[in-house]
Amino acid sequence: MTIRTIEFDGVIVGGGGAGMRAALQLAQSGYKTAVISKVFPTRSHTVSAQGGITCAIASADPNDDWRWHMYDTVKGSDYIGDQDAIEYMCSVGPQAVFELEHMGLPFSRTDEGRIYQRPFGGQSKNFGEGGQAARTCAAADRTGHALLHTLYQSNMKNNTVFMNEWYAVDLVKNVDDVVVGVIAICMETGETVFVKSKATVFATGGAGRIYSSTTNAHINTGDGIGMALRAGFPVQDIEMWQFHPTGIHGAGVLVTEGCRGEGGYLVNKDGERFMERYAPNAKDLAGRDVVARSMVMEILEGRGCGPNGDHVHLKLDHLGEETLMARLPGVCELSETFAHVHPKDAPIPVVPTCHYMMGGIPTNVDGQALMVDENGNDKVIEGLFACGEAACVSVHGANRLGGNSLLDLVVFGRAAGLYIEKALREGIEHTEANQDDIDRAMARLNKLNNSQSGETTAQLRTELQTIMQNHFGVFRRGDYMQEGIKKLADLRTRIENVYLDDKSDAFNTSRIEALELQNLLEVAEATAIAAEERKESRGAHARDDFQDRDDENWLCHSMYNPVNKTVGKRAVNFEPKTVDAFEPKARTY
Amino acid sequence: MLTVSIYRYNPEIDKEPYMKDYEVDTQGKDLMVLDVLEMLKARDSGLVYRRSCREGVCGSDGMNMNGKNGLACITPLSEALGKSKKLIIRPLPGLPVIRDLIVDMGMFYKQYEKIKPFLINDTPAPAIERLQSPEERAHLDGLYECILCACCSTACPSFWWNPDRFIGPSGLLQAYRFLIDSRDTATEERLSDLDDPFSVFRCHGIQNCVQVCPKGLNPTKAIGHIRNMLISQSV
Repeated sequence: MTIRTIEFDGVIVGGGGAGMRAALQLAQSGYKTAVISKVFPTRSHTVSAQGGITCAIASADPNDDWRWHMYDTVKGSDYIGDQDAIEYMCSVGPQAVFELEHMGLPFSRTDEGRIYQRPFGGQSKNFGEGGQAARTCAAADRTGHALLHTLYQSNMKNNTVFMNEWYAVDLVKNVDDVVVGVIAICMETGETVFVKSKATVFATGGAGRIYSSTTNAHINTGDGIGMALRAGFPVQDIEMWQFHPTGIHGAGVLVTEGCRGEGGYLVNKDGERFMERYAPNAKDLAGRDVVARSMVMEILEGRGCGPNGDHVHLKLDHLGEETLMARLPGVCELSETFAHVHPKDAPIPVVPTCHYMMGGIPTNVDGQALMVDENGNDKVIEGLFACGEAACVSVHGANRLGGNSLLDLVVFGRAAGLYIEKALREGIEHTEANQDDIDRAMARLNKLNNSQSGETTAQLRTELQTIMQNHFGVFRRGDYMQEGIKKLADLRTRIENVYLDDKSDAFNTSRIEALELQNLLEVAEATAIAAEERKESRGAHARDDFQDRDDENWLCHSMYNPVNKTVGKRAVNFEPKTVDAFEPKARTY
Repeated sequence: MLTVSIYRYNPEIDKEPYMKDYEVDTQGKDLMVLDVLEMLKARDSGLVYRRSCREGVCGSDGMNMNGKNGLACITPLSEALGKSKKLIIRPLPGLPVIRDLIVDMGMFYKQYEKIKPFLINDTPAPAIERLQSPEERAHLDGLYECILCACCSTACPSFWWNPDRFIGPSGLLQAYRFLIDSRDTATEERLSDLDDPFSVFRCHGIQNCVQVCPKGLNPTKAIGHIRNMLISQSV
């Protein structure tokens, strides 16, 4: 079947913060740039980010230093974040944040007129010696919304082409195994086209929908990860999933860590501020993995709140209505809507909830996607780039610090854009994709469109999410995980044969959901196999059967290879360019 | 059991739109309307609507519930139903329907683009951020929070009549967001772009926009400010 071809210099898949920052950089350079987004860009999940963007802009503290931020991030990652990438992010960060402000982002302000910064978890001054820092730049508690709208507006100003409500299905590789674009569906009409590009950037975000309880939007289905795995490319540290301490119990909706940054704290059913026991110094502002585990321990030991003792309370009333309305207005709204309490009167019932995928497509600092060759050396995947949550550059390692995801988005979206601009200027030539190459990329969609019977997306999705929730949660154990892996293997055949009963063209969301489900499966299986393989506890990966960090064997990235479903190891970068490396030490807060 | 009546139209199959009734067992829970739609989608996969964040910040699922525009994900059944026994869901009014609850937002976005919704400041940017006092920044509150859900503009009779020429409440709210931003230097240009009989002055203060805004914003008030700026500019 011949399909239409649309051609660009650079195509970005995903219209969230990372994608739009990359697109902006390219569009500003005059190259023909398109963003393919399955939703209108301001509906991307970046919009839900609340607390802020962490960066040493030295507003709250004139002596703040990006190196302190770097130290915190390395420690937060439990030492498997790449130090060259973290150095780049923390040092370039201030410039990237000021650029956002210049574009019009409505940051909250200090009395001096500078950007307001609040304390967040895992932040310190003077390499952990100087107490709590306040380093998270905020627009009230709607920072993601403000950032995403600002980036969309700037792209509009710079004439980026938006293919809104288009869905990328699979990568197209040419005879040389170079990525030359994607197959995409126009959702409104159902037309399928080959979007050809010299550089394809995956900024497809996370995949929190592999779990039944998640802070993530419905659209977070790991489309980029699924496409990369199906194309035979590896993913890195995919076992590392962050459970955010404060998802609203029952609803999954997030309330920001900024609640605790502004002075809120967690209490158990006895009203005890239990984090004082688990993290005597940082208390409620310890790393998210630490806080989430402490909450689960409280619940497991019978000190949870509510009739079923299955959550804890986030206490905010002591902050007073004025502070709450000025600093956390969105949280007040969410709490009233989803927990039926106003935080000025009563605590919010919260529980650790799947929030963020630290792993993803391995990349270098320029956003180029990587694989590992036969000799164990990094090898660039020509034509493919990744940034944002879909990528693993890796600045988050085994645990991301709050406020670092927005910084990751803008810094590495920008970096990818800068690199591609340079590469385009030097000239990029790829062999044209032939009909076989395109047919191969169309195979999955064709199979779905021709399905005559099978199970439905909704029931298979629920089953997948239940397996992940039960077998790969906050605490993990070998035998449980092996059982989960078996269940996923059984599910694979069924999901590959999912039945699409609605075959119509116009805005067929069932078709999209079926394709998304297959991406969820890819992410879930990679997560499961990598999690079982990593026989230690590090950052967000906490095992009952291997409770200690094992630096001798596992101070490394995991690399999941989809071709033979095995997990290899890749060295962590300990060679920052301008500072000494931070050597691993015991991680306490 | 709750009866839910939903506007259905698939251009490839249906000659004309129709209302389809479903019975839903809510188990006595005060679910959000989006939860009900998700339950129905699992039963009837042909039913389509937009949704993303499910927490009222992305603006995808604007629709008309028992006669009032709102976001399905943050509208509990109790609120949508009021005293009614039946939930009636229709697409946002005034825009062309693509399929079921999905409308063509093109006209709405076009009006947004018209107001140049980006900061314009031709002075060289400083090495750090542009300074802005908390008081200046406070002027943006109640404006920048717009999520472009179109609940307001599609509830506005003036927008229904002149969707091509009246900017509409959402676009005007954003126009004022940039007019009042202390960092923006294009006030005159912005005002002159708006200075015609249709762009702003078709607002008749009906305030439907204020009634329906899921974020509690007040476009009518912003439009009033723009009027005043236009009037004082012309004298």
